[in-house]
Amino acid sequence: MVSLTSSTHPASNRGNQPARAGWSFVKPSVIPGFGLTFGYTLLYLSIIVLIPITALFFKAFSLPPERLVEIATDRRTLAALWVSFGSSFIAAAINVVFGVIVAWVLVRYRFPGRRLLDAIVDLPFALPTAVAGIALSTLYAPKGWVGSLFAPAGIIGQFFAPGSWWASQFGALNIKIAYTPTGITLALIFIGLPFVVRTVQPILEEFEQELEEAAATLGATRWQTITRVILPRLTPAVLTGFALAFARAVGEYGSVIFIAGNIPYVSEIAPLLIVIRLEEFDQPAASTIAVIMLVIAFAMLLAINLIQAWSRRRYGDGL
Amino acid sequence: MVYDSRPAPSAPNVHVSATTERASVRMTLIALAVAFMLLVLVLPLVLVFSEAFRKGGEFFLKSLTQRDAVAAIQLTLLVAAIAVPLNLVFGIAASWAIAKFEFKGKAFLITLVDLPFSVSPVVSGLVYVLLFGAQGLIGPWLKANDIEIIFAVPGIVLATIFVTFPFIARELIPLMQAQGNGDEEAALSLGANGWQAFWHVTLPNIKWGLLYGVLLCNARAMGEFGAVSVVSGHIRGKTTTMPLHIEILYNEYNFAGAFAVASLLALLALVTLVLKTVLELRFGDELAATRRH
Repeated sequence: MVSLTSSTHPASNRGNQPARAGWSFVKPSVIPGFGLTFGYTLLYLSIIVLIPITALFFKAFSLPPERLVEIATDRRTLAALWVSFGSSFIAAAINVVFGVIVAWVLVRYRFPGRRLLDAIVDLPFALPTAVAGIALSTLYAPKGWVGSLFAPAGIIGQFFAPGSWWASQFGALNIKIAYTPTGITLALIFIGLPFVVRTVQPILEEFEQELEEAAATLGATRWQTITRVILPRLTPAVLTGFALAFARAVGEYGSVIFIAGNIPYVSEIAPLLIVIRLEEFDQPAASTIAVIMLVIAFAMLLAINLIQAWSRRRYGDGL
Repeated sequence: MVYDSRPAPSAPNVHVSATTERASVRMTLIALAVAFMLLVLVLPLVLVFSEAFRKGGEFFLKSLTQRDAVAAIQLTLLVAAIAVPLNLVFGIAASWAIAKFEFKGKAFLITLVDLPFSVSPVVSGLVYVLLFGAQGLIGPWLKANDIEIIFAVPGIVLATIFVTFPFIARELIPLMQAQGNGDEEAALSLGANGWQAFWHVTLPNIKWGLLYGVLLCNARAMGEFGAVSVVSGHIRGKTTTMPLHIEILYNEYNFAGAFAVASLLALLALVTLVLKTVLELRFGDELAATRRH
């Protein structure tokens, strides 16, 4: 999959030309076309990204500071940010567990249907978010294929319904997935899974099995080998996968709004609040929430790059 | 066999490899992975097709040939037909500049290219509303000159380009970096000009990676929801792309109709996945080195 890893590949830094004395913006090369391609890239990025993003910051920071603080600390804004970041964190954490298991199974075991399973991992990248949204919400609604299992009359739900042993001990539990924060987390798990699998998978593929053999000959049990030799080596990839899944989940909109229920203060995500503010013609509020999300997204990008730099220093390769 | 100082196990024929788990553990992990993927990924996909045909094939066809649906399909195709080629040219230009040259601030440029991956789609749409909308920075000027961008097709195209432009560049940059400059330098030293070197040397080298990037870019362009939703204004039959049309039908409780249109997009996703897998299997070493070296 594209985009999951840093592109600064060590092999590419081949300096064929002797450095000329003095400062130059671009290293001299016989390859033509730098001016054209660099200029075009810059022009395109300026029109598509730089100018619009500048307009956003301009809009938010042209507000009086006290208004800015008022919007940022508004109870509904904080609740929406909390829902977004909280459910994204939980979803990314669940994805780390299952993502590592899926990557492990795909790399280490041979079983019928493995290639199919491998291909399906990328489904969330290819399936439009709105389609995923209505499908998940129909599937996990109280009358849906999976949701009905958890309804009070369902196979699983009956154990928690009024009159059950569980209800007499801990009180009846009505398990609802769709239209609750649980539904939000579920949609975010769907969206984030490939990020974890696709960052962990290549590292597992390249893992030197000699290390495992060495651990085994030194008397380690399989469990010790996994927890003390393999998993530590995977840590940077797992952290990167977590960060990517988390960053994607925080901004996710299409797959979430159908299943979320969108109740203010409870299951309203920050991107939805931006849309609502925009529809109320409250551009300052929409911009302020957007800037908060952007700043946090930048911080996440920085964190990802730091993890990768740390991993390169420690293990001598990119992720 | 691992040397083990403990007494021999009672069943000496059981061979336990040092680098894999017991069969029971293996089975459990495989079952866990398969069950998880079924619940989260496969079932929703199956459901889309099942719900699409819930009211029969006739209703399915009617949902797709209805006037607004046709308009939505046409708009989606139009937007992709504009956004994907523009991003293709950008992707080639950006990866040529970034992969073939060493210059100051390259890391920053790459970060900029990556930006849409970490920006919420809603924010991607919002920035254009702030710029071109009625209350936007140049909105009044646009209105005075009768140019419509927001709540019209140009806005939808812009938002789609914002969300999808990294896909091709991101595929080509690592690929061209891994291939190095040697081939082009050889061509140039043999008398080719820059164009010829690109057309006859670089392009054949990157064609599968390019196709891969175009595939992913197109899938996202046709399926984009959040960014497009903010700039479209949801004018039925005019500014609704397929994902927006699905949303409208779904919110009107026309579930079978919504899933009928959704099944087309799901089909597109499946075709994309199949082509992508075929490309990875056949031309794996000619694709970017980001996966499967």
